[in-house]
Amino acid sequence: MAEVELGRGSPESRRPLSPHLQIYTPMLTMMMSIAHRITGVALYGGTLLLAWFLIAAASGPESFAVAASFFNSIIGKLILFGLTWALFHHFLGGVRHAIWDAGFGMDHPQREWLAQGTLVGGAVLTLAVWIFAFFAR
Amino acid sequence: MAHDSTSTRTAASRVRYLGSAKSGAAENWAMRVTATALFPLSIGFVCIIASLAGKDYAAARAELSHPFAALTLLLFILAGVYHMKLGMQTIIDDYVHDAHWKDWSLIANLFFCLGVGLACVYAALKLSFV
Repeated sequence: MAEVELGRGSPESRRPLSPHLQIYTPMLTMMMSIAHRITGVALYGGTLLLAWFLIAAASGPESFAVAASFFNSIIGKLILFGLTWALFHHFLGGVRHAIWDAGFGMDHPQREWLAQGTLVGGAVLTLAVWIFAFFAR
Repeated sequence: MAHDSTSTRTAASRVRYLGSAKSGAAENWAMRVTATALFPLSIGFVCIIASLAGKDYAAARAELSHPFAALTLLLFILAGVYHMKLGMQTIIDDYVHDAHWKDWSLIANLFFCLGVGLACVYAALKLSFV
């Protein structure tokens, strides 16, 4: 464990630190942890689009048309597609964390399966919703 | 080490040998409670948004003002902004070490989540009742 000079205080107050990120060999569960955080931040920003859409719908046909034209554009669709994936990835990541919180699936092959399941499941659910939305319209 | 009354950091001498600092568990718990609520709510949210695809103004309004859709949306927004406020707070706690920036980041996070949450709730209610 690394130690830092805190500059003041007694030597006993210099507490041990956790190993820094760059000490670890990259592995799937670690990458999934980082992806969970990044998708969370993306969804955080994405709520602005939800607020915009709802306010536009509540304001009247003109503002709704402006918002709808953005969401129907290529850029808008790409952003929505990305946010759909971020939502499902984060959703399944949360399920994975709930399983771990309950004390299951932390051993070697299981935790890898859970991580791979999150990756595959997030992609499959995203495509399923977009295919559904495409054929339903 | 004397306890600095202007610092939000608990003096190590006060918590040593006492286990946790006794209050952080509430946020950890709230994160899990909101996550549990968001499990069904985000499924409902995705169904509502996906079924809006290609709909015109009148049809979209009719769907969003249906009580079941509106309630799902309202619950999703409330649980969602609480959940994301806690999540961003964790990220700030992890990465923003300067006390000054940390305080302002936490305030900005709170204001953002309250602002977005209230905007969505207001719009969802306006769609339902006006």
